[in-house]
Amino acid sequence: MRSFYFYLSSLVVGGLFFAFSRWLGNDYLFFAGYTVLQFVVLATAWNILGGYCGYVNFGSAAFFALGAYSSVALHKLGANIDRYFPDSMVDIAKLVFPLNIPTLIIFGGIVSGLVGLGTGYLTLRLRGAFFAIATLALSVVLQTLIVNWDFVGGSRGAYIIRPADVPILDSYIQYLFLVMLVLAMIAIAISRIIERSRLGYGFATIRDDEVAAEACGVPTLRLKLVATTISGALMGMAGAPFPYYIGYLEPSSAFGLAYAVNSIAMPMIGGTTSWVGPLVGALLLGTLQQIATVTISSAVNLLIVGLLLIGFVIIAPKGIVGLVQDYMRGGTPKDGAPTWRSRLASFANMRPGAR
Amino acid sequence: MAEPLLKVDNLGKRFGGFVALDGINLSVQPGERVGLIGPNGSGKSTLVNCMCGTLRNETGTVHFDGRPVDGLEAHERTHRGMARSFQLPRPFPSLTVAENLRIPLLYTAHARSGRHLTQQESEARCHELAGLVGLAAKANKLPRDLTQVEMRKLELARAMAADPKLLIADEAMAGLSQSEVDEIVALLITMNERGVTVIMIEHIMRAVMAFSQRLVVLVSGKKISDGPPQEVVAHPEVIGAYLGQ
Repeated sequence: MRSFYFYLSSLVVGGLFFAFSRWLGNDYLFFAGYTVLQFVVLATAWNILGGYCGYVNFGSAAFFALGAYSSVALHKLGANIDRYFPDSMVDIAKLVFPLNIPTLIIFGGIVSGLVGLGTGYLTLRLRGAFFAIATLALSVVLQTLIVNWDFVGGSRGAYIIRPADVPILDSYIQYLFLVMLVLAMIAIAISRIIERSRLGYGFATIRDDEVAAEACGVPTLRLKLVATTISGALMGMAGAPFPYYIGYLEPSSAFGLAYAVNSIAMPMIGGTTSWVGPLVGALLLGTLQQIATVTISSAVNLLIVGLLLIGFVIIAPKGIVGLVQDYMRGGTPKDGAPTWRSRLASFANMRPGAR
Repeated sequence: MAEPLLKVDNLGKRFGGFVALDGINLSVQPGERVGLIGPNGSGKSTLVNCMCGTLRNETGTVHFDGRPVDGLEAHERTHRGMARSFQLPRPFPSLTVAENLRIPLLYTAHARSGRHLTQQESEARCHELAGLVGLAAKANKLPRDLTQVEMRKLELARAMAADPKLLIADEAMAGLSQSEVDEIVALLITMNERGVTVIMIEHIMRAVMAFSQRLVVLVSGKKISDGPPQEVVAHPEVIGAYLGQ
């Protein structure tokens, strides 16, 4: 029943925001909202490996870019069917292409998920800083490959001409916003399901003590591979619609530092042990960055992130959720009857000791 | 004689040039209570780590329940029925006592019985285990809220949650008072009476003598004695190892 209310409230909140933005009639809200929601997906995805399992991934930008470039590759295939397909397959290809955004998202997810699985297999025997460095190296290697891959534009980048409009909705950006809204809800639902499941408990034991986890029968390597695959796939899914959003994709924008930094900073500021943390962190930081972009300059975005991250690491290392959680603990049920604070803590799945 | 539950043949382990284990042979019968003693650095914990899969042995083989377990990961050995507690308690700090106990139930019950426990079964078993070690009142507390002896009890209860055939208790009484040592010994005997074979690694001789049906002594990575406790402690080599020649 609790899950039903969660999904219902998610739908209502998402729907209300979409309706409100349309009512205002300002497309900028959709542009800004898309970016914020994209970070919700990225932060939630990062948190599955980094927060739940304790493995810090510096390569978020690589998985995001893989999703984006898989869309570019498929878009280019669809735009040049006669050139890239044998005569016998041209008719079939013309039926399949151009692919719609949801299909591209699925492709992006599969590509990034597979790369996540492979990366995990190669690097998950490493721990701590060594694992983090390996993921950073992955990002550098993939960027080098993309820069030298002419098919997707190489270092000069690739233009993606998106359809002028879509049915029902007023503009393509509204469609992209809606797609990202649904994707964010899916990512949060996945994160929430994992946290409450057998898998989530297994992840928590990996974060706390891997040797003890193995002794308790937890197949740590297998679980970490599951985490890298899901995390990578969600990041790729966040990146898949990006070429259609930005219109022109180049390696430096797809592999931008902002993605790697924000993916880490948002869950850290929000709180890493609950699905709520990345959501809160992404909404807060993403919105702040958008406000800074239009009021000051886009150049101060990372400065804001950096300052907030330093502040939270010093003052509230458990993030916003940790702060709230400490307050919630005061809400101990009296005579077995749950109080509103314990209900709220239970809704957010805040375990008493979650760090 | 019945087939041994645990059989270690010619087990060897080196750390660089240091020989930690040198051709250890050990056999443990089902239902037995075995004490494993030796001075610091004699290789007791290394032997446990090699048997449980935490470390890889370079020579020799380990058979458990009639099957070789060499090459199996630690969690796979736990699934086969080999559980351990750690010398220094290693609870999962972000999980409550009940959740700590729930982890082996979630991850080993399926491997042993072929089906996952229901939520109710899992909670009932957690409650039973917490009650067995006297932690029922602290089931919803975090490990940081436990005393030292309660941490040790949690370690043993968590190992028991895996429903093991063999329990290896690695210095479960280190740093405890006399009455607390008696509590842990009683607990280990209770577990043994429930059908679990127990290997106890310990320095506290009073506890070892009270618990063990058989005593094995390691010195400098070699087994120097194996037999009834009273005979072993009277063995000249054992006296020499503990008191000096």
